[in-house]
Amino acid sequence: MALIATKNPLLTVGWEKGDAGWGIKEYEARGGYQALRKILAEKTPPENIIAELKASVLRGRGGAGFPTGLKWSFMPKVINGDRYVVCNSDEGEPGTFKDLDLLRYDPHSVIEGMAIAAYVMSANRGYNYIHGEIFEIYKRFEAALDEARAAGLIGQNILGSGFNFELFAHHGYGAYICGEETGLLESIEGKKGQPRFKPPFPATFGLYGKPTTINNTETFAAVPYILKMGGEKYLELGKPNNGGTKLFSISGHVNKPGNYEIPMGMPFAELLEMAGGMRGGRKIKAVIPGGSSAPVLPGDIMMQCTMDYDSIAKAGSMLGSGAIIVMDETVCMVKALERLSYFYFEESCGQCTPCREGTGWLYRVVHRIENGQGRQEDLDLLMSVTDNIMGRTICALGDAASLPVRSFVQHFKSEFEHHIQNKQCLVPHDVQRAGSSFYM
Amino acid sequence: MLSQEALKLIDREVAKYPADQKQSAVMAALAIAQDEKGWLARETIEYVANYLEMPAIAAYEVASFYNMYDLDPVGKYKLTVCTNLPCALSGGVHAADYVKEKLGIDFNETTADGKFTLKEGECMGACGDAPVMLVNNKRMCSFMTPEQIDKLLAECK
Repeated sequence: MALIATKNPLLTVGWEKGDAGWGIKEYEARGGYQALRKILAEKTPPENIIAELKASVLRGRGGAGFPTGLKWSFMPKVINGDRYVVCNSDEGEPGTFKDLDLLRYDPHSVIEGMAIAAYVMSANRGYNYIHGEIFEIYKRFEAALDEARAAGLIGQNILGSGFNFELFAHHGYGAYICGEETGLLESIEGKKGQPRFKPPFPATFGLYGKPTTINNTETFAAVPYILKMGGEKYLELGKPNNGGTKLFSISGHVNKPGNYEIPMGMPFAELLEMAGGMRGGRKIKAVIPGGSSAPVLPGDIMMQCTMDYDSIAKAGSMLGSGAIIVMDETVCMVKALERLSYFYFEESCGQCTPCREGTGWLYRVVHRIENGQGRQEDLDLLMSVTDNIMGRTICALGDAASLPVRSFVQHFKSEFEHHIQNKQCLVPHDVQRAGSSFYM
Repeated sequence: MLSQEALKLIDREVAKYPADQKQSAVMAALAIAQDEKGWLARETIEYVANYLEMPAIAAYEVASFYNMYDLDPVGKYKLTVCTNLPCALSGGVHAADYVKEKLGIDFNETTADGKFTLKEGECMGACGDAPVMLVNNKRMCSFMTPEQIDKLLAECK
């Protein structure tokens, strides 16, 4: 999978050469490591860099959309001892596959972004936590690290500046929950990836109990580009409060699934067109706009949205990680929800009772509706279970399991009712079967 | 218990972490052990724990928490098919059905000749390439149409 299309290439400039463009020579030829070199040569005050990031309105690309400049300013100014910068490449949110391609085609932008972050926050060590299933990408990142080390761009006394930053890759081994930042820290410490109670936040008590800042892969990758072009210019690429360009992963029933880099604020309809439109020319039924944890939206509502944090929030969902799951009229919404509910049930880490037990209830009830054993009271029961999960758990997985259930039932209630009353799908099975295109 | 090569690989992982944080290498060490042994028997986990100077139960907790570790023997080729929603929309479930029929096994089963084990996977972060399959935790195979699946199965000798 490569980049499918872009309107405003920034992060994806290096992707054009495919597997031939990821190395350090190619990265430097397109202006790579210039931002880091300049900062180290001029000894730029860290607060200037933070100000530039704040001006850019770069918001966290992992899902929460938290302003990056603000996050970096949370690190305590004067604390002696170890401090860490951690990159979250544990990309396991169903629908998301942008960081995979970023690490495949432009790993040095992530390394440079992390090194700049380390300089700003006086961190001496960093880790990039890479999703377990993408072993080949992990190996590539390790190769990129070797190149950067050999060039003196990470390690001790970088470019003679006196600044030290050691960076390593940590390979996950299959646990969705490690995408949660404190679960990820526990995992680096060699434990089960069970999220920590907050506060304290990682900025004060992070990896090994030391001050730590964690950002998503795409966030780090954007940093060198922002510093080169200037924060305000970056902001102008997008729209107010939604700076820059963003990678969107489009999956499901479109003709050209893949990654797209577009300016924030582009109409969804335009993006769908870039993705080749709906597969087989079929009608759009529903879209999950920000990864499987984001509430689903009916197709007609989605067609009115623009691709930015504010527009999608106004429509009742979340931009999340920028993972757009497109569903056409061949989809049985009960079956779709059943699969998502199974996922959260399977991936709940088990430490909070409302989530551990509740996700099982959600899955079993949706499963019985899908299999013709639904009861009249089941839709109320589902709402009641979500009420008892949401806001009652240590991390956001409980909410992530609940939001799909609530939104699927809210927007497609008649389909759930049809299932319960008639003990079968509203969408005929042969239509569903044709939807996947596997048997064509 | 583990070969010198495997221990060398583990030492390389240990070196990534602060000297007093050897346990951080347990995930990598268990993966290396599994690569060598095929699966993680209790004795293997215990051996890794001793090597990293951590309690065996702490290593077992890790091995049982992350789903790419195999605590039971698997076939020579472990095929993991993602059936999560984005993949299912583009044939993930149907690809799994196809493999089941071809091999005559269900999820979590191994063929009688010990060659293939089939697993149902969760999101591998490659939804745009659906259907996707992972071979022995390492090799990602994309766009697995019936022809591609036939080809892959034939390649696995």
